[in-house]
Order: sequence, then structure tokens, then C-alpha cells
Amino acid sequence: MTVLEPPYHGPALLVLEDGRVFRGLGFGARATVTGEVVFNTAMTGYQEILTDPSYAGQLVCMTSVQIGNVGTNPDDEESDGLGAEGLIVRAASKRASNHRSTADLPAWLAARGVPAIGEVDTRALTRHLRTRGAMRGALSTESTDVERLRALACEAPPMEGRALAHEVSTKEPYTWRDGVYHVDGTKPVPAPRFRVVVMDLGVKRNILRCLRSAGVEPVVVPSSATADAILRHEPHGLFLSNGPGDPAALPDVVATVRQVLDRAPDLPVYGICLGHQVLALALGGATFKLKFGHHGANHPVRTAGTRKVAITSQNHGFAVDPGSLGDGARVSAVNLFDETVAGMTLADRPVAAVQFHPEAAPGPHDARDFFDTFVRALEAHAVGR
Amino acid sequence: MPKRTDLRKILVIGSGPIVIGQACEFDYSGSQAVKALKEEGYEVALVNSNPATIMTDPELADRTYVKPLVPAFLDRILEVERPDAILPTVGGQTGLNLAIEAARAGILERHGVELLGAPIDVIERAEDRDRFKAAMAEIGLDVPRSFYCHNLEEAWRALDEVGFPTIIRASFTLGGTGAGIAYNREEFERQIEIALAESLDNEVLVEESILGWKEFELEVMRDEADNFVVICSIENVDPMGIHTGDSLTIAPALTLTDKEYQWMRDQAGRIVRKIGVTTGGCNIQFAVDPKTGRQVVIEMNPRVSRSSALASKATGFPIAKYAAKLAVGYTLDELRNDITKTTPASFEPSIDYVVTKIPRFAFEKFPASDDTLTIQMKSVGEAMAIGRTFRESLGKAMRSLETDLPGFDWRPGAEAPIESYLSRPHPLRLWYVGEAFRRGLSVERVHELTRIDPWFLTEIEAMIACEQRLASLPRGTVPPPPLLRWAKRNGLGDRRIAALCGVSEDAVRERRIQAGLRPVYKRIDTCAAEFEAGTPYLYSTYEEEDESEISDRKKVVILGGGPNRIGQGIEFDYCCCHASFALAEEGFETVMVNCNPETVSTDYDTSDRLYFEPLTRENVLDLLDAEAQRGEVVGVLVQFGGQTPLKLAAAVERAGYRLLGTPADAIDRAEDRKRFGELVERLGLCVPRWGVARSVDEAFEIAHGIGYPVLVRPSYVLGGRAMEIVYSDADLDRYMREAVKASPDHPVLVDEFLPNATEFDVDAVADGETVVIAGIMEHIEEAGVHSGDSSCALPPIHVRPHVLEEIRNTTRALARELGVIGLLNVQFAHRGGRLYVLEVNPRGSRTVPFVAKATGIPFAKIAAKVAAGARLADLDVEEVVPKHVSVKVPVFPFRKFPGADTILGPEMKSTGEVMGIARDFGAAFYKGLLAADVELPDRGRAFVSVRDADKDLAVEVARKLIDLGFEIMATRGTAAALGRAGVACATVNKVKEGRPHVVDALVNGEIDLVVNTTIGAQSIRDSFSIRRTALLRRIPYFTTMSGAQAAVAAIAAAREPTLRMPARALQDYHAEPTGRPHDPPPSFGRFREAVD
Repeated sequence: MTVLEPPYHGPALLVLEDGRVFRGLGFGARATVTGEVVFNTAMTGYQEILTDPSYAGQLVCMTSVQIGNVGTNPDDEESDGLGAEGLIVRAASKRASNHRSTADLPAWLAARGVPAIGEVDTRALTRHLRTRGAMRGALSTESTDVERLRALACEAPPMEGRALAHEVSTKEPYTWRDGVYHVDGTKPVPAPRFRVVVMDLGVKRNILRCLRSAGVEPVVVPSSATADAILRHEPHGLFLSNGPGDPAALPDVVATVRQVLDRAPDLPVYGICLGHQVLALALGGATFKLKFGHHGANHPVRTAGTRKVAITSQNHGFAVDPGSLGDGARVSAVNLFDETVAGMTLADRPVAAVQFHPEAAPGPHDARDFFDTFVRALEAHAVGR
Repeated sequence: MPKRTDLRKILVIGSGPIVIGQACEFDYSGSQAVKALKEEGYEVALVNSNPATIMTDPELADRTYVKPLVPAFLDRILEVERPDAILPTVGGQTGLNLAIEAARAGILERHGVELLGAPIDVIERAEDRDRFKAAMAEIGLDVPRSFYCHNLEEAWRALDEVGFPTIIRASFTLGGTGAGIAYNREEFERQIEIALAESLDNEVLVEESILGWKEFELEVMRDEADNFVVICSIENVDPMGIHTGDSLTIAPALTLTDKEYQWMRDQAGRIVRKIGVTTGGCNIQFAVDPKTGRQVVIEMNPRVSRSSALASKATGFPIAKYAAKLAVGYTLDELRNDITKTTPASFEPSIDYVVTKIPRFAFEKFPASDDTLTIQMKSVGEAMAIGRTFRESLGKAMRSLETDLPGFDWRPGAEAPIESYLSRPHPLRLWYVGEAFRRGLSVERVHELTRIDPWFLTEIEAMIACEQRLASLPRGTVPPPPLLRWAKRNGLGDRRIAALCGVSEDAVRERRIQAGLRPVYKRIDTCAAEFEAGTPYLYSTYEEEDESEISDRKKVVILGGGPNRIGQGIEFDYCCCHASFALAEEGFETVMVNCNPETVSTDYDTSDRLYFEPLTRENVLDLLDAEAQRGEVVGVLVQFGGQTPLKLAAAVERAGYRLLGTPADAIDRAEDRKRFGELVERLGLCVPRWGVARSVDEAFEIAHGIGYPVLVRPSYVLGGRAMEIVYSDADLDRYMREAVKASPDHPVLVDEFLPNATEFDVDAVADGETVVIAGIMEHIEEAGVHSGDSSCALPPIHVRPHVLEEIRNTTRALARELGVIGLLNVQFAHRGGRLYVLEVNPRGSRTVPFVAKATGIPFAKIAAKVAAGARLADLDVEEVVPKHVSVKVPVFPFRKFPGADTILGPEMKSTGEVMGIARDFGAAFYKGLLAADVELPDRGRAFVSVRDADKDLAVEVARKLIDLGFEIMATRGTAAALGRAGVACATVNKVKEGRPHVVDALVNGEIDLVVNTTIGAQSIRDSFSIRRTALLRRIPYFTTMSGAQAAVAAIAAAREPTLRMPARALQDYHAEPTGRPHDPPPSFGRFREAVD
């Protein structure tokens, strides 16, 4: 027996594959979902996190305790409805309060069919995942059958080997036009100077916005695009986006990238997150799965050979094995939490990628100059061309 | 970059006495900085005038100077110490201001010392509002429109630009001193005058009002490699217009979207770089228009602050410690995160709970003062609480305040005009918000009236709904477990639940425990559980998983002092920290419990385990039960944290836990007037005649039996709350009606008052057998002035050896009779050859740290060991009598409370204290006064106006002043007495006698020193404007004759060459040979008749 108050609509359950059960109260959609359970330590930006396509196939636990406090708004969407399968929080806000809010979180979740569970000891869940590693789970706001949910959790496909990027990628190419959001509500954009093909592996809109604000017109292509299709756009550069799932499960994408690298040796090729991993694989490297991944907005990344540390937004379950990188590639940045690879560059070519999210959304903007570096590479390339 | 090797010795500047706006947080930050620098192998010298601090413990820094924080003394310290650099950024505004003054006077250059953390131009760019504004404009940041003015004329012109309401601020001040809001021209003129008087540079800022906007703070750090991190975001629940120190604040910020928060973070980075802070911690304040999201920068502090202490406690990230390390060249990535041990300090803490800071006010001490909260800080302390939700956190915060309102209990009468109480900010507004929801006001309406964000209001409304649900149960029913659990998760305390349901707190507790509803303990780990935390920094919450990891060691639990208030402050935190250090030395696991974020005791480094919890029966018993699950709770220490833990002693004992040291019954025997009466009778001691009155008639009966004047007070109080001397039936009648109304459950004590008696404070340590006198202090002010408000000297100056012996013997007898094990404080009065016992406190007192600094013996540590079973004989301690004089001087907050009288009385009003040390009393008192910001004149005119009883002494004081070259001005009665004695003086009108009068003379700068004693309510009222004017004009004033005599001695001493001798550190004084109790007393420069 529990006391129910808005926005909760009834009992809810989260059951992990190892049998651990978390009881709470449901809000958002009435549904049952499964996925890999991960925690995110960012203290702002739940809407951006929920709409980040990299969370496809995952149930996100926010360690920040009060969720729903600022509602939701159209400018904070990182995709048009793709992203996390379910949400786990300590306390769902009764009311949204922010001048930007157009809908409160429970209604917004319900409209997208995403179930959420609140009143959960999210710190206990986080500690569980930290010690046991990320694992599958089932979240239901309609069923209270623990055994059934556990079976569902165990049946869910494991993250390793999942080619989720194809599932969330755009089916048709398109051109992106908006710039980044300013706090005064404007989204100014300069006239485009360059055209870049963005390979959509689950792209966050803020990557596109950052490119556009830097004077780059992004032409977004599906993850299935061939090298021919990419080069047919006569791009000034290629950008490999973030995205969900296991990079090793994308041999087709890796092959395409390798072909582009081979056929256009001077072309600037940059990548973020899954794009970074795909690039590493294309260069002959290897990736591996992290115990519970990096999901947060406070990860320190030091640029190799300097004392300069950027606080970055991160969201990934796999990492590049630094030992696997060939002679031409250089680790350009390191995550100081666990010394994993946070970025790499090629010594003799305008190819660079980062494991973190310079576009932030949510998170600090410390690494935004990644886009400026990209533009400088485009400029150099354009002069050469 | 690794640390600098070109530095050898560093001088750290402390923040001086506890004042409003600058409290224990700088003891915390300063102690951390000193430890951090020593850890790096630097030699560390320290200057701070506040003896009640941990940082001035002689074993902390290598060289400790307890000196006035003024350039002349800094100069002499630099002369002796020759440090390579000064760290001025951990000593609050006082530290920065001293650095600026010393730099401007060329002192720093002359000694070739470098300022670490913030060079002078950086401090000036941040602190000078005009330069700050210009810097912000250069980087395109929005600030409220404002104009810099030096006189009223300029201010009027500025007003034309910004319009009403107008914000007026003074440059380079602390806690918004001198700041105000003006709604009309009259208020404007008055505020400008106040601000001009307060500003260091005679500069004020007239500023556009953004009242009602949301207010945020970011605590940030930057290192030499330009790495920038935000340690914590803080949101003020109270909107702009209320000083952040007086606001309910929470962490993290909860009403900003990521886009807004990151924008703010970006601006913070740009501001820090533009101002040029290269290393260390800063605090930046922003205001946000809730309707549009427009952000403006309010101010930045290029130093650690009250907020950074809060942020450190709120996140587990020790800002001051890292600021000190960054100042000597490290970069953040080179430093380890103390709590995780594996990750670097170059990151931003993530927190998975809500922290609430709630201010504690003391307006009841200043009844004439308006309690409206404004942009000048007025709170005297704060409590912090941690919960997993805002509701739980707020509920715990309210209970931590110890204002006897353990929830939304307080309700105004049905006729109270609630809307006007909501639109005016004042200390009880939060409770009015609760009442508004009880009365059915909507969140929207309450928001319109208070400008508190609707998110917070909605949460408070939900808490009230929960309360009302409980109240709707049949009266006398304990709620069923699901409802009880829901109430606990909504932040309701057992006591509040009990009150709502009409049952006892015990019944709620019993039912709760039966149902398995116990709190779990979670850790504060900087990282939201992403990494393992080695540090047991814990808070309670009603959740599933417990992380307390109770050890199987023998442990002692130390209950701290709670929020600072007048009468209970840093001295008790000092005692608790020492207890912790001592008991760790004895091999115990030390467990600290406290809820004051400013303190050293709530540094997770101080004890083995830290529970950041309200000091209530419920929370303390819960954690004791948790700790008792494994190992052994050897005992609970309640005698070091002041009244707060003492109030819990009986409950702790009843729950089956052992009190360390003195048993609860002894405390009761000393506190309960009847039992105390039996005790002194048994020992044949002399006490003032007294009685206990439960009604007005009883009070009259007792007073007539004793004879006026009598001292009246409610029983069981600290800091002399509501204590008064009454001289007539009319006074007594008024008092009884107010006081009895104030505390209906407690009777009123009526005591014989001993006019002109000399008072003594004695601290002692006892182990049940042996009693060692720690220190005997002679009060400078006569009886009738609260001991906390009286200056005092150690050793006593005016006492014959046989009286001291009687004091010692009586103290020993009391300690033995009570069975004191640990600390004991006795207050005596001596008059007419008789020694009276005024009060016995079997606990640590306010003077314990002062005594330790004066004698060089850590009595608090010794007492803690004794309480845990050690014998004094084995510890090799005996009384020492220093050959130098130490004077403790109190510091008052009167300037912050317009309308408050500065007259001293039996109710304590000081917020802090300083210490002066010298070879003789006069010089020590001079230093003490200077440290308390009272600069005695060397020449000029003294105004003397005294009550009849003081006329003889006035003659003596006036003569001495004339000998020192002063002229005397007196009111008619005093002038006549002086004239009769052949003392030349000018006569001036009293205020009621017509103009020009004495206040005109004060305003015109014709008076340099004021001696003014009064008696009786009418005469006090008549002379109020003299004292208030002297206060505002910074003219030294004395309201007791003994204070005036001491001041004359100090003025004389200031002319002696001793004051210009090389500066001496505490370590030098302590290395001197000390006297024994029976040595003939040295002559310390007597200024009045000796007690015989």
C-alpha cells in the first residue's frame, strides 16, 4: 500500500536480469519496456538525455534526484522522439517551472509512449550497476509480475553485438538549418561556407546545430549510405555522428568509412562518440565494452601533452583500445577518470575524433572548439582543393 | 605544474572575530589552507585575532599571531617573520581588505612579499563595483544599471537614471554592510549616508533594482593552466532583494534548464578570466528574470566565502584546501579527489541529494530593530540539511534550526493578515507560506506575493497536504506504516507527526521502529555513486539501501553545537573538534554529529565518521542505534557542544547510551534552581538570594523579599536570553507579562542583583577526584553585564591571593560534589568581601578556547580524555598562571541592526570575540579593542555623562584623561560633580535639554570618546541617541565605569614603547616560564581597586 500523489499513476517495477527488484511508482506512459540499464550523473538536461538516440535500447537512471522540475520544450529535443526506452528517477516533479517549458515531463513522456518509474532508490541502483556492471532490465508501469519482468529482462538482446545505429538512423538524406540556442531565445546562423556530409548513426541535433552555427551546412545521410553516395555530395568534409549500440556490430559502416578514407585522402573526417569508435575500427583499431560506461556531464578530459582539462559530456558504453591503434593514429585526449581514450587524431591527415560530446546538450561547453578545429580543417582542405 | 619551490614561508590571514556575514566558515577554510600548505612542506605563519578558532591552535601553524588585523600589526609580523608570500583569500573580506590596505600603504612592497591567489589589481577589479561593471561591459555581460557616487549630490543624479526602488551598496564591505533598498527620497538620502559611512573608500553604488528575480550562485575554481570547474550551483529559494546569507538556499540549482545553466557556467568562466583570478576559488552571483530567462551578473568574490564553505560541505569537495594548493602552483588534475582517492580534482561534483541551507536569526535580541530582511545580511548563523528530495531536505533543515519549530508548526492567529506577511520578507516567512497553503491560497497567489519559484511552493504545498492528511486521522492515532513512511519521505519529523496526530513523540518512534521504518545512511561522495567513496560522510534518509558500513571498533559519538546563534558559537565547535582529536589519540573511533556547515567539526577530515544531521532526539537516537549495530558505542559526549547537545543528554541516557563524563543528573542538579539551591546550601556557599516565580504575584512577593534591583530570567536558557535587571514594580510587571508569555512552560527566576560586584569566570577540569583549574578570568565589566559580553582578563588583575584561593577551593568543592568528569565552568561575583556563586555549568564553556590560547594548555583535549576515563594525575596537568596578560574582548553586531541600543546588560548580544596579549593589562586591552575594530583616540575630547552612583569614579576617569591630554565635556549633572572635584570641563546639553546638544557635538566630530552610564528605563531611552550616534560615527564608547577605567589604562599603555616592540607569536608566549598559583601575583597595571 502506497500513498499516491501526482504525477504518479500507480505502482511500477524495475526488475534486473540478476533478479534485483526496485519498486516504485509509475508516471509517463503505461507500458512495459526492456533494455540495458545505465545511470547518468548529469544534474541538468534530462530532456536532452531522453531524446539522445544514443540511449536507444537503454533504460536511463538519473542520479540527480528531482526530475521534471523544468518541464520540456521544443528547443531541447535532441531527436524527433528517438532515445531512451524508459526512465528511472528518485522523485518526479509535481509541477514544471521554467519560462521555456511547454509541457510537463509526465505528459511529454506519455505522448511518446515512454514509461517512467519514480520513488526508486536510484543511488542503490547506481551502486548496483557500478559494482555489477550495466545489465538488462525490464521496466513496467502496468505489470506487477516480478517473474515475468525478469524473464523479459533476460530475453532482451544484450548490448554487445547490437547494431542499433541502423535502427535510429534517418531513412532519407536531409539538410539541417538551425543554429545553437542562445539563452535569449535566438538561434543565429551565419551564411554557410562549407558543406559537410554527416553520417547519421543516431545523431544528436546539437551536433548539427553546432556545425551550422560554425558556418557549415550539414547534409545528413543514413547510416547505410555508401561511399559513393557520400562523395556524390562533393562534401568539404565528412562527420561521423554519435549513436547507440556496439560499434563492432557495424562492419558495413566501418567499411564505408574506410573506403571514403582511401578514396579521399585529403578529406577532413571528424567523429564524435560512436563516430570516434567507427573511425578507430576503420583505421584498424579495436573497441571493448566498459563495465558501466560513461554517462554524465562532469568527465575531465586532458588534451595529450598539455595540462589543459576540459569538463565534458559523455555517453558511451564502449571504448577504443589504445593499444590497437596503428602507428599513424595518436591518442589526442584522455579521460582522467579511468585513463581511457577520449580522442584520437591522425598525424598526417585531417582526421580526428573524440569519445565525448563537444556539442554538450546537456553538459559543459568546454570542448566546443572541436567544431572550430573541424572548420579550420575544412578551410585548409578547401584551399588545397 | 608542480608546486613552487621558490617559496619557503607563507603567511595566512584569518578573518578575525565572528560577526554577521563572517563566521566559522573562515576557521574551516583557514584551517584547511594552513594544513594544506604545511602538508606541502611550507613553513606557515598565521595571523588572526580570534582565539576561539581551531586555526589559532598553536600546533596548527608554525607561528601563530593572535593580533589585530590592521596594517600596523601586519607590518610588524612581516618584520619578524619575513615570509615570501601572503595568502589573503581564505580570510574572508577581512583578509582581502587587510591585504589591500597593506598594499596601498606600501607595506607589502617594503617587505617584498607576494600575494598568492589574488593579486591586488584582481581584488580591486572584483571588489570595486565600478571597475567590475566596466570589466563586465567589456566582455558583453549584462549587469544591473548602476552609478558610482562619492557624495549625496552625485547620488541624486544617479537616482534620476535608475529610479525607485533603488539598491544602494557600499564598496569593499562584508555581508552587504551599509547596503539597503530605498523606495522614496527620504529613505534614499538616509541609505546613502549609511553606505558612505561604511565604505572603505567613501564610495557607494546606486543600482537598478531587480527585486523579485531568481538568484543563483556558482562556486568555481581555476588553476594556473586555465582549467575551470564549477564545484556547486546554489539556488536561492528567496528571490533577489534578500541577502543570500539570509536566504533559504539549496544545491544544486533546480529551476534552470541545461541551456540556461550552461550559459551561466560559460559566463562564470569568462568573468573569472576577465577579472584575472588565476588560482583559487571564487563565488559568482547571478540574477535571472523568471519571465524571460535574462541573466545578469550581480557580483563576484575573488576568494573563498561562506558559500564556498557551504558548497564544500554540500558536495564533499574541499574548496579551501584545493585553493591553497592551487595558489602554490599545482593544477587541478595533479590533485586527487579526497573522497574517491582514485579520480582527480579536475572535475565537477555531481550530487544525488538536495542540500538546504536555512538561516538562523536573532532579532529577539534586538527588539527595537525591524526584522524585515533586505540586502544587508542579518542572520547570525545557519544550518544545513541533506535529504534525497527537496521536501526531506527542507524538513530536516527546519528541524536543524532548533527554534522549537520542528516543522510547519507555527501558525499565526486567524486574524493575521497573511498576504502582507507573505509580501514582506522576514524570518518567519517560510512558516507563513505553510500557513497560506493551510488556508487554501493557491501556489500562483503565494508566488505573486513572495516571488518564490512555483516549483518550491508546489513542494511545500505537498508537505502541507501530507501534514493535513495526518491531522485528519482520528485524534490520538499513530498513523499506519504506509502513511508513516510517506510522511517520513516527505520530510516530517517524529515530533511534528506526533503533534499533528495528538500522540507522543515516543509513540510515533515506537510504532516507526516496530514497522521497520528506520532511516538508512547514504554517503556524500562528490560523484553520485559513480565511484567508490572511502570517506564516511553520511546523512540519513528514508530509502532502501544503507551505506553506513558500521565498524566493529570502540566508538565515541560527539554531539556538536548546531547552528551559530548569539550565545552559542564557534567556541563550542572548537571544543567538539578538540574532543574528537583527543579521543582519536586515545584509540577510539570518533563519530561527529552536527548540522552547521560553517564549522571545522563538519569537515569530513576532523573525525573518523561524520553524520551531517539535525541535533534532535529523533536523529541522534536513530544514528546511535545504527552505530550500535556493530562494535561498541562506548559513550556519547554532550558536554562540549553547548546547550544543544546538553538538551539531549537525558534522552540519550534514557535510550540506554552512556554519557561520557559528567552524568545527566549532575547537569540537572546544576541547571535546576531548586536542586542547585540544595547543593550550595550543603556546601555552605554563598549565592545571591533568589526565588522561582510561576506567576506575576509570586514574582512581586519574591522581589519585595529580596529588594530591588533584581535579576529576572526564564529558567533553562543560554546566552541570557530575555534576562533583565529590573528596578521597580512597574518594570517587573511588564517583564513578567512578556517573559511568561514568551515561555509558558518555564517559570521565571528572580535573583538578587549585586551592583558593582566584580565577576569571575572559572574553567576547570575534573576527573571525579582531582580538579585542575584551567583559568580564572576577571571580568572588566561589572556584574549585570552578561559574561559573554564582558571583556575579561586572564590572569585576574585586581584580586588578592586569598580571594583567588577561595575561588579555587569553591570550584573544587563544586566539581567534587557534582561528580564532574570533564569540563566545568563556574561564575562568581565578589562584593563586600563575599564571594557569591552565580552559576555552575558542568560542561565546556565559551571561554575554554580563550583559556587554552592564554595558557598554552589544550584543556578541551584533556577534558575529553578525562571524560573517556583518563586520570588527570596520569596526564600531568596542573594549573599555570601566565606571566603575560590575555584579554578577551567581545564583538557586537549593533551596526547591522538599525534602532538597536548598544547598552550592555544581562542578555548576551555579542556575536564573537577577539584576544589581545601583552605584558600588562593596558596594552593587552588596547590590542583587544583594536582587534574588535575599536580604535581608541590618542588625544581629543572625551564626553562623560554618568549616573549618580558613578560620579566618584567619573572624577577619577576624567582626571586621568586630562593627565593624558584630553579635554572633558560633560552633561550638567556630571559636570557639576566634576566641578566640585576641581576637574575642568565644558558643559553640553542632554538631547532633551535643547540644541545644540551632545548628539550635535558627536555628529560634528567634536567628541572622540564617550563614557555614558545610565540607570532606569527612562534615562536609557533618553541617552539612546548618544550611543547610537557614537556607534554609527565609530566613536569609541563605554557604557560601564569599569570599561571606561580599563579604556583609560589602554590609552595610557598605547603610548608606551612596548606596543612597538617586535611582534610575538603565541608560541613565544607559551614558551615563557609560567607562574604557579601560589606565586605572588605580578603587577599587570591595575586600573581600579583590588578585590579583597
